[in-house]
Amino acid sequence: MSITRAEFLAGSAALAVVALPQGGTRSFAMAADARTTTLGNWIRMLPDGTVEVFTDKVEVGMGVATGLGQFVADELDVPFSRIKMILGDTDLTVPAGGVGGSNSTFQGNFALRNAAAEMRRILVTEASARLGIPVERLTVTEGVIHPIGDTSKAIPYTDVLAALFPSPAFPLKGEGFATTIEVPAKPKDFTQYKLAGSSIPRLDAPGKAYGRYPYVVDVKVPGMLHGRMIYPPSIGAHVRSVDLSSIRGIGDARVVRIKDFVGVVASREWDAVRAARALKVTWSGPSTGLPPMEKLADYMWAQQPFKKTAASAGDVDAALDSDVVEARYFWPFQSHANMDPGCTVVDVRPGSVVVWSGTQKTHALRQGIARLLGVPLEEVRVLWVSDAGSYGRGGLEESAAAAAYLSRAVGRPVRVQSMRPDNTQWGNKAPAIVAHLRGKVRNGSIVAFDSLLRQFNGNEIFSQPSAPGTFIAAQLAGVPNDGGTFEFGIYGANSAKYEIPNVRATAELIPPFAPSGSPMRTAHLRDPEGPGTTFIIESFIDELAAHAQADPVAFRLKHLKEQRHIDAITAAAKAANWETRPSATARRTNAKGELLGRGIAFATRGPTIIATIAEVAVDPKTGKVRVPRIVVAQDCGFIVNPKALQGTIEANVIQSLSRSLFEEVTFDEHTVTSKDWRTYPVARMRDVPDEVKVVMINRPSIRPGGAGEPTSRTTAAAIGNAIYDATGARVRTAPFTPKNVLAAMTAQSRT
Amino acid sequence: MAQTIRLHVDGKAQTVHADPEMPLLYALRDDLGMENPRFGCGLAQCGACTVLVDGKAMRSCVTPVAEVEGREITTLAGLGTPQHPHPLQKAFVEEEAMQCGYCLNGWIMTAAALLRREKSPTREQIKNALNGLVCRCGAHVAILRAVERAAKEMSA
Repeated sequence: MSITRAEFLAGSAALAVVALPQGGTRSFAMAADARTTTLGNWIRMLPDGTVEVFTDKVEVGMGVATGLGQFVADELDVPFSRIKMILGDTDLTVPAGGVGGSNSTFQGNFALRNAAAEMRRILVTEASARLGIPVERLTVTEGVIHPIGDTSKAIPYTDVLAALFPSPAFPLKGEGFATTIEVPAKPKDFTQYKLAGSSIPRLDAPGKAYGRYPYVVDVKVPGMLHGRMIYPPSIGAHVRSVDLSSIRGIGDARVVRIKDFVGVVASREWDAVRAARALKVTWSGPSTGLPPMEKLADYMWAQQPFKKTAASAGDVDAALDSDVVEARYFWPFQSHANMDPGCTVVDVRPGSVVVWSGTQKTHALRQGIARLLGVPLEEVRVLWVSDAGSYGRGGLEESAAAAAYLSRAVGRPVRVQSMRPDNTQWGNKAPAIVAHLRGKVRNGSIVAFDSLLRQFNGNEIFSQPSAPGTFIAAQLAGVPNDGGTFEFGIYGANSAKYEIPNVRATAELIPPFAPSGSPMRTAHLRDPEGPGTTFIIESFIDELAAHAQADPVAFRLKHLKEQRHIDAITAAAKAANWETRPSATARRTNAKGELLGRGIAFATRGPTIIATIAEVAVDPKTGKVRVPRIVVAQDCGFIVNPKALQGTIEANVIQSLSRSLFEEVTFDEHTVTSKDWRTYPVARMRDVPDEVKVVMINRPSIRPGGAGEPTSRTTAAAIGNAIYDATGARVRTAPFTPKNVLAAMTAQSRT
Repeated sequence: MAQTIRLHVDGKAQTVHADPEMPLLYALRDDLGMENPRFGCGLAQCGACTVLVDGKAMRSCVTPVAEVEGREITTLAGLGTPQHPHPLQKAFVEEEAMQCGYCLNGWIMTAAALLRREKSPTREQIKNALNGLVCRCGAHVAILRAVERAAKEMSA
């Protein structure tokens, strides 16, 4: 990475990468377990007026760094151009959970708004003393403090910076994403903001379009070697032997082996690639068999759940007395399939470990690598550099563990660039879900709703890369996974609450196929369990609406009380020119003979509310589904940056459309067979709807609710409900491939 | 056996000493320090590694370096700069037509090749020309807007 590049990018992480290798600024570092921070740990102002903002909220591509900077500029009343965001350096940022759960704007704004407000308060107080004018009569314009309505007696912030020293200390409040500080100053109300709420251009956009934005794949460290990992051919296979002569003559390539972890390193990247391909490893046979893929749902129903929760209200069993609507659903395993298969540079030296990574959670990765290597936490520094979209815990961090092992073994910095199958085949997966639903409507209202969702654990690999056993490289090296937790796709926790008198929501977890070293291990994928559970629940709500011969929009509205919920559905229906009628009551076709239909789905995710309407065209002969139009209405409270939000919602729509129509991890009896973009197809340009219409409902008096994931939630159900409207067939097996759609249509024609 | 190969990249003559079978991508990234063509799959399935070779979009991850000796190679950085932007780059900035942006190189370079041969492409032509690319974040809607915006500007 060259200096000109860093200069161009002054203000982004690039500068940190270039100027601060090898822990040169350790004096700023906080103790890893510190519960007290200084104001300067969050925000600093330089003599030239530049405002440095330190956050562990990294930019994963939705404009979060810009949005947080807008808040800070607004609090301080400085031009946005003075804001310099410093992201994800574990020596310079306070641990606050990193990125995840659509939290960066939702909760990440509190600490920074408080810190900026406190900085302003201190500086204005100092100016007040100098001017002999009470604080209440002072205001700030473009970084200059002056009496209200009078600029003749003005003091720029930069003249009173000494007041910031010594930097005041504030104890941390809250844990993880909720981490914040409480300060004497009170931040402004959202309604008072001028920059926050406007479409300030994304900080990362120009660098990306001109090819000057730094990615972790670009990091070059003096003396760096290139590494690659070699994965087992089947789950449970162990290394019998490694034939070192098989790579003789490929540059200076050499092998590092720790039990079943096998890696190669070489000075030249191409040599590492060739050596990884050529290395002859003899593996033992598979010890774990997978069930036939087409029987996965049956397999899941046959398993003994090891964990179960249930929540209920009313008396479901009594209410489900007759005329019960009943259905079973299936949602497949899916892959993160990150655009970059994953890349990390790790430099392990005595007393110092530096990690360059695009992880969402730098502080957790710092812990994970420290524990993996058995070194004190203080010796490890993670420097965040942008990487491809991560979408949770996919395959990006796997290269960190591999690079750490390899660097420790060879005593040089090592860059591991994962290859395509390392990610698509061997990365973490989102869990498959099966469901059994029963419900009853009487006089057009749902009187009972009974859902049983059974899934593989969605957090077997903990979302935080803080435990070494969560890395596949470590598992292969014999480290047990002690980081996983359990979670459940529970209707009610995961989706909108309709007013239904008798409800039971049961969730069950079944064991993984293999306890360790498996490419079918599960972890968070964007909106964990949201798209699957919402597909299941919102499709079944649609079944009940059809049973009641009710319009799907009116039927949902009838069961909702909260005005914001009603507003979102109403806004979507209006924007889509929703035709009010029960679904699948008449056949509608276009000139090509495709069957046409429209469907709606509704959900909440945390405080954010989403209603999606999809229009589909289904080829009755092939079962191929096109989605000509999608309309989304989203209410995520106060909108910080409308343009960035629109881009985020649109991209969410396309990614979730891809998951709805195409994505299913395939496997044979021994391992995952989805290895690349051919065997794990995703949406391409020709699959993009002619129109994606986004209605953003702004609520300036309500705190931002998070927008990174919510729109992912409703797309599958909206498309599935539209397919039902078009064909009269209910597709209860995702994704909506021609095969699954034709099967549903065939089953329908038989009834 | 490694050999000396002369490359012409972004208007500059360059020399690399490499295995002739090595994909161009590694020569550009590792030997010449050009960071915009990115590794996405190594299988010519996603397009993140796209460069222009004599004006045509090519997947550098599967193109042996010796095959392009002496031909005109253009990378994203050679397409335009903030001072002298290509209309596509301007349009992608204006439309904020990216999320993570890792794949963006492929979209801009492939669209640049399209706009060289087709001044006013229809939406269908654009979709067809870009169908071989992957954007995992799903920024397609904004990308489509940006390409149409650039095409409009270029044909105006």
